[in-house]
Amino acid sequence: MKLITAIIKPAKLDDVKDALQAAGITGMTVSEASGFGRQMGHTEVYRGTEYKVNLVHKVRLEVLVDEPNVESALALIVKAAHTGSIGDGKVWTTSVDQVVRVRTGERGSAAI
Amino acid sequence: MEEVVLNTGDTAWMLISTGLVTLMIPGLALFYGGMVRVKSLLNMMMMSFGALALVFAIWIVVGFSLVFGDSVGDRGLIGNATQFLFLEGLDNSTALIGTIPAAVFIAFQGLFAAITVALISGSIADRAKFGAWMIFAGAWVTLVYFPVAHWVFAFDNFVAKSGGWIANDLGAIDFAGGTAVHINAGAAGLALALILGKRVGFGRVAMRPHSLPLVMLGAGLLWVGWFGFNAGSAVASNGTAGLALLNTIAATSAAILAWLLVEKIRDGHATSLGAASGVVAGLVAITPACAAVNASGAMAIGVIAGALCALSVGLKFKFGYDDSLDVVAVHLVGGIVGTVMIGFVGEEVGLFHGGGTDQLVSQIIGAAAVLAYSFVATLIIGKLIDLIFGFRITIDEEVEGIDIAVHAERAYEIFDNNQGSAFALSKGGQL
Repeated sequence: MKLITAIIKPAKLDDVKDALQAAGITGMTVSEASGFGRQMGHTEVYRGTEYKVNLVHKVRLEVLVDEPNVESALALIVKAAHTGSIGDGKVWTTSVDQVVRVRTGERGSAAI
Repeated sequence: MEEVVLNTGDTAWMLISTGLVTLMIPGLALFYGGMVRVKSLLNMMMMSFGALALVFAIWIVVGFSLVFGDSVGDRGLIGNATQFLFLEGLDNSTALIGTIPAAVFIAFQGLFAAITVALISGSIADRAKFGAWMIFAGAWVTLVYFPVAHWVFAFDNFVAKSGGWIANDLGAIDFAGGTAVHINAGAAGLALALILGKRVGFGRVAMRPHSLPLVMLGAGLLWVGWFGFNAGSAVASNGTAGLALLNTIAATSAAILAWLLVEKIRDGHATSLGAASGVVAGLVAITPACAAVNASGAMAIGVIAGALCALSVGLKFKFGYDDSLDVVAVHLVGGIVGTVMIGFVGEEVGLFHGGGTDQLVSQIIGAAAVLAYSFVATLIIGKLIDLIFGFRITIDEEVEGIDIAVHAERAYEIFDNNQGSAFALSKGGQL
């Protein structure tokens, strides 16, 4: 089991969500995030005073995936979140030891 | 003296104008309130509402007499304080001033005093004790606004026999308060910003406006209210009021364009804050001139005011004074532009209309006199209040936020510290 974490552009959230749902991946956790990468924020101007805003709004998407589906899910997310411009984000996976469904007590793959 | 009779048309328009001018208080409160960080919004708005409440009380007791009473010793410096004490003889349904009820004229003019004081609050955002501000408001309106308004607004033989020196002896034109209201408030704002000192983190940390829609709404309300302020200053429902109204739109529109153009060239972006600021710069500049110029003259005043005010907002960083919401750049600079420009583009009297330089010199003297008196008097008043009561909240209170520290309230129950994001749109579900 893997946990896929994707930091993507907020505007691409719906595309990614739709793509994953179409592929039968039905659960995910979405949270608001801010940060920076190579993009290094943007500049705002108020009455001529420039402010460098280093933290950019992103969406953090977390999906639990069973081993056989990891590569396809990764590909789907990257394809759906891609715009080609700077600031598209990153996706990574981490190994997960155990998953338990709270309602039923099911464990492992059955709980995903 | 010819018999004075009430004119219902004049009265109707002045009743409406008084209502419009009242609208400028929430307008200013929103304009200023949107520009501060969310932790100071309520205090910013309260300074306007507090000023209105206190100033109007003083206005009734003694203010109206100080402005419109007979000039003490015929010197044109200050009205007789006891002439209309508690509005004696005027606060009834029969007394007239001009062709309108005295009650309406008194209410209309009293709001001018309140707004002038409220304007100053923009220079001391985030950091003034509310009590100290209220003491300042009462002292300043009595010692600075009332004398200056007497100089500028008290014409001989209108309310009383003898009036102020700028209106009658100097003959400077100030229709609705370029000097008495805007230069006065602007110079006071500068003095007060110097007394209070810089906010914690000034020039170092981002102090971005927390709500630009509030700023634009406030600017819009000010614009509507300003029709009462300027066209109402005709104290009649006539062609002068009509011209003032037209020029108020013409100058303001031109000032928006000029401000945005400066921003586009200097910063690369035309901003909404720039548009809202252009509105106020144009309104300020046309205030003294709105009945003295034609529409082209009004647009010229608007363009110059919009551009000069936009260029002036950077001065506080250069010289290191924290005029938080640019009272100096907008009201002082805008007020000077409008007042002095009358000497150039004023119908009949202006240099460009064959009037020679006499009017121009009068305009400059009037502007300079008000600027100097207001600045020096405000420095003294502000310093005394600071020494006796302390003008600033503590650093801890300022960092935490003046709304909580002083008023024990916060502006919004829920506030997204990320200041909104595209994610918020998506979160609500798809359409």
